Amino acid sequence: MAEPAATVNDETAVQAQTPKKELGPVFKLAGGPTKWLDDRIGVAGLSRPFLRKVFPDHWSFLLGEIALYSFIVLILSGIFLTIWFKPSMSEIEYEGSYELLRGLQMSEAFASTLNISFDIRGGLLLRQMHHWAAAVFVAAMLTHSLRIFFTGAFRKPREINWLIGVAMLTLGIINGFTGYSLPDDLLSGTGLRFVDGLIRSIPVIGTWAEFFTFAGEFPGELIIPRLYMVHILLVPALLLGLIAAHLALVVYHKHTQYPGPGRVTGNVVGYPVFPVYAAKAGGFFLIVFGVLTLMGATMQINPVWVFGPYNPAEITAGSQPDWYMGFVEGGIRLMPNWEWHIGSTTWSWNVAIPGLGLMGLFFGLMAIYPFVEAWVTGDKSEHHILDRPRNNPTRTAFGVAAMTGYAMLWIGGGNDLVATQFHVSLNSVTYFLRVAVFVAPVIAFLVTKRICIGLQRSDRDRMLHGAESGIIDRAPSGKYAERHRPISEGEAYTLTQHEDLPALLPATDTDGFSVKEIKREQRRRKATRFYFIDTLRRPTRAEIEEAAHHHMHPMHLSGDGEHHAIEAEVEEEHHLAK
Amino acid sequence: MSEDTSHGHPGTEVATVDEERYPVPDPGLEEHLPRLTDVDEKAADRATRQVATFFGLVPILSIGFVVVYFAVPGDAWVDFGPLRANSRNLLLGLTFGLALLFLGIGAVHWARKLMDDKEMIDYRHSAASSDDDKNYVLTELDKVVDESKITRRKIIGRTLLAALATILLPMIVGLADLGPWPTKKKRAETIERTIWAPGVRVVQDVTFKPIKPEDIEIGQLINGEPANLQELHGSEFQIEKAKAAVIVVRMDPNTITIPPSREGWQIGGILCYSKICTHVGCPISLWEQQTHHLLCPCHQSTFDLGDAGKVVFGPAARPLPQLPITTDAEGYIVAQRDFLVPPGPSYFERDSRHDSP
Amino acid sequence: MFGPHLHQDTRGIRVRLLSSRRRHPAAKALLLVFGLFMMGALYSVIAPPAQVSADTGNSQQIEEGKALFAVGCASCHGLNGEGQTSGTIQGPPLAGVGAAAVDFQVSTGRMPMAKPGEQAPVKPNRYSEEEIAALGAYVASLGPGPAIPEPAEYTPANLSAEDLARGGELFRTNCSACHNFEGAGGALPNGKYAPPLIGLDHKRLYLAMLTGPQQMPVFSDEVLTPEDKRAIIGYLDSLHEQPSSGGLALGGLGPVSEGLWAWIIGLGSLIFFAMWIAAKGVKAK
Repeated sequence: MAEPAATVNDETAVQAQTPKKELGPVFKLAGGPTKWLDDRIGVAGLSRPFLRKVFPDHWSFLLGEIALYSFIVLILSGIFLTIWFKPSMSEIEYEGSYELLRGLQMSEAFASTLNISFDIRGGLLLRQMHHWAAAVFVAAMLTHSLRIFFTGAFRKPREINWLIGVAMLTLGIINGFTGYSLPDDLLSGTGLRFVDGLIRSIPVIGTWAEFFTFAGEFPGELIIPRLYMVHILLVPALLLGLIAAHLALVVYHKHTQYPGPGRVTGNVVGYPVFPVYAAKAGGFFLIVFGVLTLMGATMQINPVWVFGPYNPAEITAGSQPDWYMGFVEGGIRLMPNWEWHIGSTTWSWNVAIPGLGLMGLFFGLMAIYPFVEAWVTGDKSEHHILDRPRNNPTRTAFGVAAMTGYAMLWIGGGNDLVATQFHVSLNSVTYFLRVAVFVAPVIAFLVTKRICIGLQRSDRDRMLHGAESGIIDRAPSGKYAERHRPISEGEAYTLTQHEDLPALLPATDTDGFSVKEIKREQRRRKATRFYFIDTLRRPTRAEIEEAAHHHMHPMHLSGDGEHHAIEAEVEEEHHLAK
Repeated sequence: MSEDTSHGHPGTEVATVDEERYPVPDPGLEEHLPRLTDVDEKAADRATRQVATFFGLVPILSIGFVVVYFAVPGDAWVDFGPLRANSRNLLLGLTFGLALLFLGIGAVHWARKLMDDKEMIDYRHSAASSDDDKNYVLTELDKVVDESKITRRKIIGRTLLAALATILLPMIVGLADLGPWPTKKKRAETIERTIWAPGVRVVQDVTFKPIKPEDIEIGQLINGEPANLQELHGSEFQIEKAKAAVIVVRMDPNTITIPPSREGWQIGGILCYSKICTHVGCPISLWEQQTHHLLCPCHQSTFDLGDAGKVVFGPAARPLPQLPITTDAEGYIVAQRDFLVPPGPSYFERDSRHDSP
Repeated sequence: MFGPHLHQDTRGIRVRLLSSRRRHPAAKALLLVFGLFMMGALYSVIAPPAQVSADTGNSQQIEEGKALFAVGCASCHGLNGEGQTSGTIQGPPLAGVGAAAVDFQVSTGRMPMAKPGEQAPVKPNRYSEEEIAALGAYVASLGPGPAIPEPAEYTPANLSAEDLARGGELFRTNCSACHNFEGAGGALPNGKYAPPLIGLDHKRLYLAMLTGPQQMPVFSDEVLTPEDKRAIIGYLDSLHEQPSSGGLALGGLGPVSEGLWAWIIGLGSLIFFAMWIAAKGVKAK
């Protein structure tokens, strides 16, 4: 500052210090309207907190954006489609331009879909963009939630955001299903028939739910208009609300960040919203839009004209739902034919367990996991630094096990395609998967846990002995040894930034607690042992110093260059907190 | 070193950096290294040109889209290697898609190469509200409750709760006409009956041609419908078809098991079964003429048509219903009566354990 | 024709020999036989040459077929086509399968099977057309069965759009349950499969429908008429000829392949872009 420092309360001084910058033409032009808005809604006040908000940069943070941008593409392409689609099951004779269906009876819904595909310019492109976007939307949400899971971003204070995410995943899948059922073609109509049978088989309320859903018997004449309402109004409205809440919470909590030099729990390091983040995020939106458009241009999806209009007496070999329903399809195919007969009633477990139970299990487990882990660790502090997956081997192993179980069901959903493509027996595939669905996740759990612990060991090696340099020394005695060079301070900090979560021994100091409370605590401690007993503890300062001396490459551990005496960390038994 | 992490939010704190918990102290943000475009003016110019090119291509592609939209006819095809597709769809998508892509790539390239890339630090606040806010809210809420007088006049609260709970009732009951109520009587009229009746001819699906037994060879499969289905249209047609579709198969009588109660249901090895799977209702046509097994393509339920439609594999729990058939005066195959059990998926109210003969 | 004709010339005894017996009791019968013989001879001279067909009345063709049968077929089907239904080497009895079945099985190379198995795969055919016809004639002689159809029966010509659409309905009602909506094939129990129908000639399609090879059911001409079969063949032709409007067809396997590509190309390329966007890039130092 050239002028003498003025006091903070001197308003005129503050004004004089405001630099008079030469504004470019765009700013000059926007100046008038902006002032008009600001006078009425206080634009500057609103934008102040967000203008230079900081977002950390990592590719894995862009997965949620892929989902968000696909959703925007879905809305835009969806609006286009609603302009021509007729959600009606009234029967008409087809007189459109697709020759191979000429003269056939079909619903208005199917005929209008053919119209969009063949007679509206750009119609087929928009239909395909819409369907590809739906597939990518759910894929991105799932991948994003896997990233959140494996990095522990669901921990306090973000549990609510995790639940909102699970809700959005559910709604996304529901909307996908209702969406592809709208054209009333043979493939999706078969899917609706399946859903009809599934609903009917629900114990106690099945026929009621079926008649209420279809307004009577299958297929009736109301299911397509009802699905239309759900697809374009109900679910998008819920999704928009949840997205707003989801993003608001991300802004409020600020984004998490990976461990690294300069990054601590109390700060967030990254780029400001304007200009860098806006350019990258805006650019990414256009890239997602562009990629989905290119897919709609070059890759055919859901060619309903080949499937033909829905006919309850027709079917195609290889009838599968869209990929995100594949795990339910697999469950239904693999399930043995259990049915109970009690009194004069039938309990169709063969359909109800995989049909309803699997969805409930999948989303239920996802929803409660953060609370289970919080209970196990007893951790009540806020977490803003992400976990590297290897540092929580049990959580990572659970995640991989869940993915494996899901994958087995997925494969089960395509068991007839597995049989034809790989020339194996359909029945053998089914029997194998019935077992694999339970056994493979266990194997995956054990293998993943060991891999994580192995990675932790290699991290520990790097910490204590440095990185391998590739230079081999030969001692006069003839012994070979590889020279290690010390890792940077930044890396050393990153490798040890996580917390050691202890495996606790059973509590001994239990005075003053009820039997129930004691039992609960002992169970919790047992759970911590299951979770953390194999996990490697971080090297202590003493160990690092000792290793450094051993290698004769002194590591500077504190800024002032002195080596402080370090007390060895004492393993304490944790007492029950009052 | 305990930093003041309370930037902008006095009184709040987050877990501070604790030397004892972390064996290696924070070395601080890494030194910011410049990019090539930061130090080399030529590289920066090159990057600028690249960004401008990406942006510059967008108008060309956008106009290209408009040209294609009006100029390319809807029946033109492109034949290029594995791609045999509609030209208009392909070109509209390529022009628009690349326009979007280039616009996006240009923006990102600008950000990565030219925009200032110094990282900034922002400080977090605790997710919990400040003690100040909490105290204020609690105190004021107390006052609010007092001012509402609800604590003194408790009956207001109690009646309010009851009112709020029950006001939902009209809204829920208002949905009761979502569909007809599947009472026992309604079920008997709908899912428990089909349009098959004594004397209704079995005709081939799509062509509705009636069938004589001598037209059918051993190993033949016919996808059939009741002849009276032709009288129905629209939604009624679909509903009845979804229950009444049948398959007629002919097998060598010496190779199949016919239960005594069903001796009269067949015509010399010609049997008629429901086409609708008892699992979740997909129509089944996949019949192996040598094994007599019928495989549903949806979930692979397999039925043995040579053994009263018994389930031999897969998730179906109920055997496939059989339709008793005979011939009429002119020698065409007709149904003797409607199905004895409802075709299609099982449901709670009906005990299906006696469906096997 | 041979009315009384008094000649005073030197044709002599032969004419008088015939004409003097014109009222012989056998004269009428012999005349009839002669007339028939002349008509037959006339017809065989004028009639078009027949294609190589399994003429069951041609005993030489049957003998040829029998010889071929003994070499290539009898080890599984028995020397007289009576079949073997026990033991490891089995072959069903062939009485009643007809020449049509032989044409289908041998011309597609399915028969003779290289080794016993659940299903006979397609392989290169080693028999010439005449040999197949001979085999067909022999098998047809074992018991009456479907004959090889004429080209007019299996060639879809002059079909209107409505006919093709009807063929599509018939295809989706009778065929797609095993062969898939596009004829890309499908799974049967225990390792068997319904083969793909893409690029197959019309005769082969017709023969398969008519004879019901292996596990495929029979679709007799009395129920699924030749017109119906032609409509189905015509539909398949048009379906496979038409380009896939939306772009690359991705295998014709429906949502499973679509899901695979959505992940690999859709999410995959977008993740690559994300990695590019967030990459720190080359630093100058």
